[in-house]
Amino acid sequence: MRREAPKSVADYTPLFFPALMLIVFFVVPFSTMIAVSFFKRNPSGFYTPDFVFDNYARFLSVFFGGVLGFSLMLAVLVAVCCVAIAFPFTYLLTRRPRRVQTLWLVGLLSVLSLSEVIIGFAWSTLFSRTAGITNLFVAIGLMDKPVALLPTFGAVLTGMVYQALPYTILVLYPALVRFDPTLLEAARTLGASPIRAFFNVVAPALRNTIVATLIMVFVFALGSYLLPQILGRPQHWTLSVLITDQAIYQSNMPFGAAMAVFLVLISLALVGLTLLVGRRENAL
Amino acid sequence: MNRLIGKSLTRRGVLGAGLAISGVLAMPSILRAQDKSLKVGVYGGYFKKSFDEHVFPDFTKATGIAVESVAEPTGEAWLVQLEQAAKAGQAPADLSMMSQTSTLKGQSTELWTPLDTSKFKHYGDLLPRFINKYPDGRVAGIGAVAWWITLVSNTDVYKDAPTSWAALWDKANEDKLGLLALASNSFLLEVTAKTFMGGTNALDTEEGLNKAFEKLAEVKPNVRLWYRDEAQFEQALKSGEIPMGQYYHDVTGLAVADGFHVRSTFPKEGGIQDSGNWVLSRASTKVDEAHVFIDYMSQPSMQGVMSRKVGTTPTLKKEVLDLKPEEFAAVSSDIDPIIPRYDLYTSKADWINQKWTELIVG
Repeated sequence: MRREAPKSVADYTPLFFPALMLIVFFVVPFSTMIAVSFFKRNPSGFYTPDFVFDNYARFLSVFFGGVLGFSLMLAVLVAVCCVAIAFPFTYLLTRRPRRVQTLWLVGLLSVLSLSEVIIGFAWSTLFSRTAGITNLFVAIGLMDKPVALLPTFGAVLTGMVYQALPYTILVLYPALVRFDPTLLEAARTLGASPIRAFFNVVAPALRNTIVATLIMVFVFALGSYLLPQILGRPQHWTLSVLITDQAIYQSNMPFGAAMAVFLVLISLALVGLTLLVGRRENAL
Repeated sequence: MNRLIGKSLTRRGVLGAGLAISGVLAMPSILRAQDKSLKVGVYGGYFKKSFDEHVFPDFTKATGIAVESVAEPTGEAWLVQLEQAAKAGQAPADLSMMSQTSTLKGQSTELWTPLDTSKFKHYGDLLPRFINKYPDGRVAGIGAVAWWITLVSNTDVYKDAPTSWAALWDKANEDKLGLLALASNSFLLEVTAKTFMGGTNALDTEEGLNKAFEKLAEVKPNVRLWYRDEAQFEQALKSGEIPMGQYYHDVTGLAVADGFHVRSTFPKEGGIQDSGNWVLSRASTKVDEAHVFIDYMSQPSMQGVMSRKVGTTPTLKKEVLDLKPEEFAAVSSDIDPIIPRYDLYTSKADWINQKWTELIVG
């Protein structure tokens, strides 16, 4: 069957529904946010429609730059950790019998039913001094006395990786399950060790999948605002935490909106850069 | 005759009539109050539950005004909703509980209908801090509920109760404190001023505020948790994970009653007294009913009921109350309270917020 270029408006009809959804759920809210970010804030009341740059000017400081940098670094780290753990795991999973795979996937899906709040409180208990895992280490003689493992950066990272891991596996799974095992067999026949075959054959063949997964987890982690509060110190708070403070507690919608617009633009730029670099390398 | 009765009084008919009658008897307030009603916004959760149970039914019985209670969120979201609705001539609630800062912010757009205080029999008995006035003296809000934020500690870790807010600064308490995360709900600037600078008037000038921020920065190494969510700290306090901090006096009292090893102390500089007002949206047409409600709520007997059943602090002078000394002690203290400088959170809101965020995050 040959694919024909659309000739009339009617040929575009299948696009109408997704376009409408995109407008209603993305273009309109995002435009509203951009508009609000230019409004004038009245500290003793609300805000008035206007066109001022005050909100952006306030954001352009070393302080907020630091917070933004930390948020991006944290999101990148979560993405890398997730893919580093999930990729080998999912690969090994796809080699198991069908029944085992189904059981694992059902288990992973059930982890998704946990909300961020539950995950946060569960980890804060696990990392606590009074009831945490270090008590277990004391019981088996590994440690002298229980210690608190939070609030620390490690605790924040653990919580966020835990939360994003099921998504990572579910995104990687379809690509890995379709991966042709004969490629690997060929590599093995030609004398590659299993590890070497994995890194030289499997990983490059699935490069695009890996990049797409990294981006997805990055964006997912960027929005996290509860786990850094529960498991970290104030210096581990992400920009999302400060946006919430402005929008909900200070009723400073214009400034909150300006910060959110900035965050979206920076992350879009980073995603674009990643794709651009990926395309260059493909061309070589 | 018998036949007639037999015919008309079927088993199902009797049951049905019985149900209808008992239904009518059970809901006399609704029947009587059909023409008079009032929508009252109260903080959702514990407050709404307590008001629905202990306050509204008796009010309807006493005045014939039916109350529809509306759960409102804390924070400023409700203020924004009321403001937007009022612009469209709507009132999602006639009367609302409103935080002091939000009441001040609402004043800027004349959102609150000025109240006629001659209709309140006990207006003269109200403590002055529970009357919120427009700059020109008109009354914008009357105290609805008041509560304390005090110095709390775990009794297993601290055998002796701390006596002063200065305990927060004690080097021995490194990494042991849980404090509220925002300037406008922790009121720690006021605590600093009252403890070290002779009173909250020290915050009048920018110089004074800077000094308070400097002093407050010394607390940072002692703080393990800056919390926004109460449950987060309460759990850690009960288990001794974070053995000291600032918390709500009423909730700590409930934890003590449940047998947890915690205590709430009114430091010698005073506990922090925060409160909410009854305010009347300018879009509301139920002005008379609203006055009747505020008058009813401001009676000494009603304030007593609230203190006993809901655990709030009375808004009236101690002399007119019918509370026993131990009942009063459970919800309040004779020590001069730290009254938050709400004006700062409207006039210098962004400046304070920025300094505060940089202080704790930086």
